[in-house]
Amino acid sequence: MLVKKLRSIMNHFLVPIHEIIPEEKELEIINKFGGKKEKFPNILLSDPVIEELGAQKGNLIKITRESPTAGKSIYYRVVVK
Amino acid sequence: MLMKKIGGIEFNVMSPELIRKLSALDVKTPDTYDKDGYPMEGGLMDPHLGVINPGLRCKTCGQKMKQCPGHFGTLELVRPVVHSEFGRKVEELLIATCDACGRIAVPEEKLKKWREIDDPTEIKVKRILLRTKKTKKCPHCGTAKKEIMLDKPTNFYLNKERIYPTQIREWLEKIPDQDLVLFGYNTEKIRPEWFVLTVLLIPPITMRPSITLESGIKSEDDLTHKLVDIIRINLRLKDNIDAGAPQLIIEDLWDLLQYHTTTFYDNNTSGVPPAKHRSGRALRTLVQRLKGKKGRFRYNLTGKRVNHAARSTITPDPFISINEIGVPKEIASDLTVPELITEWNKKDIIKLIKDTEEVKYFVRANGARKKVSELTRKEIIEEVETGCKIERQLKDGDIILFNRQPSLHRISMMAHKARIMPGRTFKMNPIVCKPYNADFDGDEMNLHVPQTEEGKTEAIELMYAQNQIISARYGAPVIILDEDGVSGTYILTMDSTKLNREEAMQYFYEMGITELPKPKNGNSWSGKQVFSAMLPKGLNLAYRTNTYKELKKIHPDKDPKELHSDSFLKIEDGELISGVVDEQSLGEGKGELIHALFNEYGAGEVEKFYHKTNRIVGDILTKKGMSVGLDEFETNAEIEKVKAKAIKEELEEAEKLVEQFKKGNLELIPGRTLQESFELRMMRLGAGTKDKVQKEIMKQKVEELLSDNPKYNSTVMIMSGSRGSAINITNIAGLWGQASVREGRPKRGYRNRLISANKENDVGATAGGYIQQNFMQGMKVKEFFYHSMGGRQGEVDTGVSTKVSGYLYRRLANSLKDLNVANDLTTRSANKNIIQFTYGDDGVFPMKTSRGKTINIARELEKLNK
Repeated sequence: MLVKKLRSIMNHFLVPIHEIIPEEKELEIINKFGGKKEKFPNILLSDPVIEELGAQKGNLIKITRESPTAGKSIYYRVVVK
Repeated sequence: MLMKKIGGIEFNVMSPELIRKLSALDVKTPDTYDKDGYPMEGGLMDPHLGVINPGLRCKTCGQKMKQCPGHFGTLELVRPVVHSEFGRKVEELLIATCDACGRIAVPEEKLKKWREIDDPTEIKVKRILLRTKKTKKCPHCGTAKKEIMLDKPTNFYLNKERIYPTQIREWLEKIPDQDLVLFGYNTEKIRPEWFVLTVLLIPPITMRPSITLESGIKSEDDLTHKLVDIIRINLRLKDNIDAGAPQLIIEDLWDLLQYHTTTFYDNNTSGVPPAKHRSGRALRTLVQRLKGKKGRFRYNLTGKRVNHAARSTITPDPFISINEIGVPKEIASDLTVPELITEWNKKDIIKLIKDTEEVKYFVRANGARKKVSELTRKEIIEEVETGCKIERQLKDGDIILFNRQPSLHRISMMAHKARIMPGRTFKMNPIVCKPYNADFDGDEMNLHVPQTEEGKTEAIELMYAQNQIISARYGAPVIILDEDGVSGTYILTMDSTKLNREEAMQYFYEMGITELPKPKNGNSWSGKQVFSAMLPKGLNLAYRTNTYKELKKIHPDKDPKELHSDSFLKIEDGELISGVVDEQSLGEGKGELIHALFNEYGAGEVEKFYHKTNRIVGDILTKKGMSVGLDEFETNAEIEKVKAKAIKEELEEAEKLVEQFKKGNLELIPGRTLQESFELRMMRLGAGTKDKVQKEIMKQKVEELLSDNPKYNSTVMIMSGSRGSAINITNIAGLWGQASVREGRPKRGYRNRLISANKENDVGATAGGYIQQNFMQGMKVKEFFYHSMGGRQGEVDTGVSTKVSGYLYRRLANSLKDLNVANDLTTRSANKNIIQFTYGDDGVFPMKTSRGKTINIARELEKLNK
């Protein structure tokens, strides 16, 4: 990266909270939604948030968003290349 | 049922060997039939290629017409031609490779590196082309690399010199497999020299049948015509070569052969004139058969047709339920519904067969069908037993689906119950116009009859009209009373409406009340009393009406409730205490009353309510006459005074603004230039002055309406929210104000002025499109032109926006149509990919909400307080 990042984009108000699911908890979540990881939505490894999180290909990411109707809504994405 | 899963589909280019192997016949002659009308041996209609005459047998497989699938033939081309659809691919390969050794003109080490990179094919190809385009010399054999040019679709030039398909083919043959891999080719299955055709696959006759016209003349399919051309030129080329004709003639014929094969595949190839029929009509060749709206995919495969359906013009009938559709006798007697014979209905069915014409077919348990006629009636009655079926005509109460195109949302198709009626049109309650977006200016609609118990149940459970009253999109009523309906209830519930004994008796009777209730005030019955009779006992409601809003506009500093009791609607125990029933109670997306009825008493109660209002409202409006006369728009001195003042103010203020603008000391609006600020100011000024006139007019109109003896219908429409607005009435009785084009003052026209009658560089109010007159007075000449400018924009906008939004909507709907909510409440696509982890990310079904809110707290609290 040529330009050093000065600030974390994670602090921006439009970026929802991204977390890496620890591997031991991954299976539980995947099983809750049909047990097939390849059916989960994806997020690119090159996504700025993923780059900053330092997640690896195959990691499961939990995204917590604010929602006017649901309060908090939880979304999962699998890191892909 | 045997279910098999398709593992995959592979598309490939046919090798000449495969084409020859597939061939049942080598076609030799361009003739189709001999003079006796028999197909020519070795011709395009040779029976080896399949049969199209019933009774004849195929000479290849020996089967009859229905069984024989048809067989391909071949034509050996005397000289090869480039397949027009692969011109681009050939160009790629020729640019990248060396014409002497056939290798990609890139050093071996680099190629090795590239082979290891795992990139999409397009990127790989792009990389090669970028590199080789600049290369001057082949690094493998040292030959100078030449420039390749493609004159679309099929002519190639090497260093500006024409090269022919034979040379191209030889070149492509030289390219080694290891280099082709870099282009993404599966070298085991495909070779690039196959892009240059040496043998042409001739489609079977079944795919291009000839038609015998009534006059006995045979008419050939377009494809056959094209093939005849190809064979004829092929033959001529052969003769010329054999005779040793000069190179120039041979090349000309060769080009002609290329042209015919190109148009055989696609008669719309760019850069090639389409081949014409004798009549001048362009031929419909292979690509045209598949492509577009009338192509095989969209017309024949996606567009399937159904039985048990009918289509007719629609006409209104407010006396039938919203759940009913009036089906003409003529249509009903053509449509059938299967009915299973059981122990319990056996007797009735026998009677039906014996005494009526209603039963059309009898279906035995094994599926054998028999038509019921005078001849067969007796024996069929003998055969009737449980487990058999009859197919009878449509009758009252049968479940049907009703639909109007364009089917943009789920309520464009709803389930109704049939009601057989005289006439030739479908009759529907005008209330269901809204969801279908129908009117009665000649609209036609489709009707379908579900044929199975599952189908019928599904239709009634999921699509029944009364269950669609609340929108699944925004959780408020969509099937609503509108226009006349709202005006009618408004008039009925106005304080000034008093009904005499006769009227009251009629209305109560229509609601099923046979004992006349005591009059509420003196010896006349109030409209509110009649309306209350339509409401169920126990209903409690309280909310602001449209009157509240209008009064607030006129008297911003006063409480509308104190100005007039009708500004607040109150229903206590099913009794309308105060308030008028207007758009707030009944309208789309608002409909407080309808929503409350639906939620607390069910869809059936709303249906009943609609049924009653339809009858009474119709009667009220017929008696009153919902028409508008010129007297409604006459103004008095007071309005004229306000208007004159407003215009004077406008002109004076505008002059000041112009002066400031010309001097350049006009106060700027943040983010705008001087010019923009000025224009915006002028627009705002125009709107402001119009508003003053509007307020005065509305003040007088509202006062008149709320008086003891109101007589103006336009005000009823505005106040009830059923049609029209204060702006409309101002345009007629007040003034039009500033004309606008694209949200600003009209500006284009003549040099530095709007119309030629204005002075140049005059930016004042009158020269910028300010209209002082109204529709009653009529406009001045200049004003008329300004008005037309705005009017034109409106006309253009409606045309453009319907077109654009229609296509946008189609794309959106097509992309979302396969999404569904799975059992674990996730939203999934057709291949079960997760789209949302809970439906809508909140798991809420809008149809069960109150305008998107899962709970209407105000309403619940109200109920608790009672």
